[in-house]
Amino acid sequence: MELHLILFFMICVAIAAIQMQDLISAVISLSAVGLGLCLAFLLLKAPNLAITQLVVEILCVVILIRATIKKDLPLVRDGRWFFNTAAAFLFIGFFLFFAYSALRELPAFGAPLMRVSEWYLTEASSRTGATNIVTAITLNFRSLDALIEASLLFAGIVGVLAIVRKKGKVNEE
Amino acid sequence: MKNKESGMTLIVKMITRLTVGLILIYGIYIVLRGHTSPGGGFAGGVIVALSFIHLILAFGKEHILAKIDENKGILAASLAAVVFLTTAAYGFGGRHSPALAILYDIALAVMVGVGLFLVFLVLVFSTEERAKV
Repeated sequence: MELHLILFFMICVAIAAIQMQDLISAVISLSAVGLGLCLAFLLLKAPNLAITQLVVEILCVVILIRATIKKDLPLVRDGRWFFNTAAAFLFIGFFLFFAYSALRELPAFGAPLMRVSEWYLTEASSRTGATNIVTAITLNFRSLDALIEASLLFAGIVGVLAIVRKKGKVNEE
Repeated sequence: MKNKESGMTLIVKMITRLTVGLILIYGIYIVLRGHTSPGGGFAGGVIVALSFIHLILAFGKEHILAKIDENKGILAASLAAVVFLTTAAYGFGGRHSPALAILYDIALAVMVGVGLFLVFLVLVFSTEERAKV
């Protein structure tokens, strides 16, 4: 029930973020979406993900505010609004239909289909010594995921530093 | 940012002085406890980077940018990346231990913290300079 309330709140705030006129209100509404996601992770008993989500959200908001606040982006209002609205409603309908038919096939929360997941639920805490089961799974059994994710982040950091930094742009002037 | 003094007002600077050490210690705590309790290298590294970002936002960039060498930062991040890849490969061979997990977490935290801090510096301040020109 609380989860549904939080999801409803997140959808409302995301719509508000799209409809805001100025940039800073939109950024702050977007950060409220991240806060709702953090609360949802806490409710699903995954404090590991909640901490990471909260911290990365703060960093993103700081970067977005400092980097985008001084630019005035023009708003485009005229154009083919009938075609755009019709296409938007069509895609929303498609998405809702397929999401409904896909979500009906999912097993209930906490009742996994695979034997591996059942083994995780019963054995994870005693095998790894971790106090939280999500921590045990993400840091031990699915550690390869975390490794490749970190490598991806490193590649992204190196790419941003190589493109944006000032050194190495000697020939520009 | 219109006044000549760098950084924000006296209130923000005072509060920053009080809180930034606590944030840094909390980040280190999360890194070191991350292999058993919630947290871990990623979140801890970002918290450490956030404490330095907090300092820069409160006190202005002039004091801090003078002490930062970008190449040393990239070198530290790359070395940390090499360390955590080696640790992961070593642990993948079946020789898993808590000490190895702590080393992995520390290397990951250094990589994430230094890297995201440099990305913050480069994105924010280079775009501001470009907006002035």
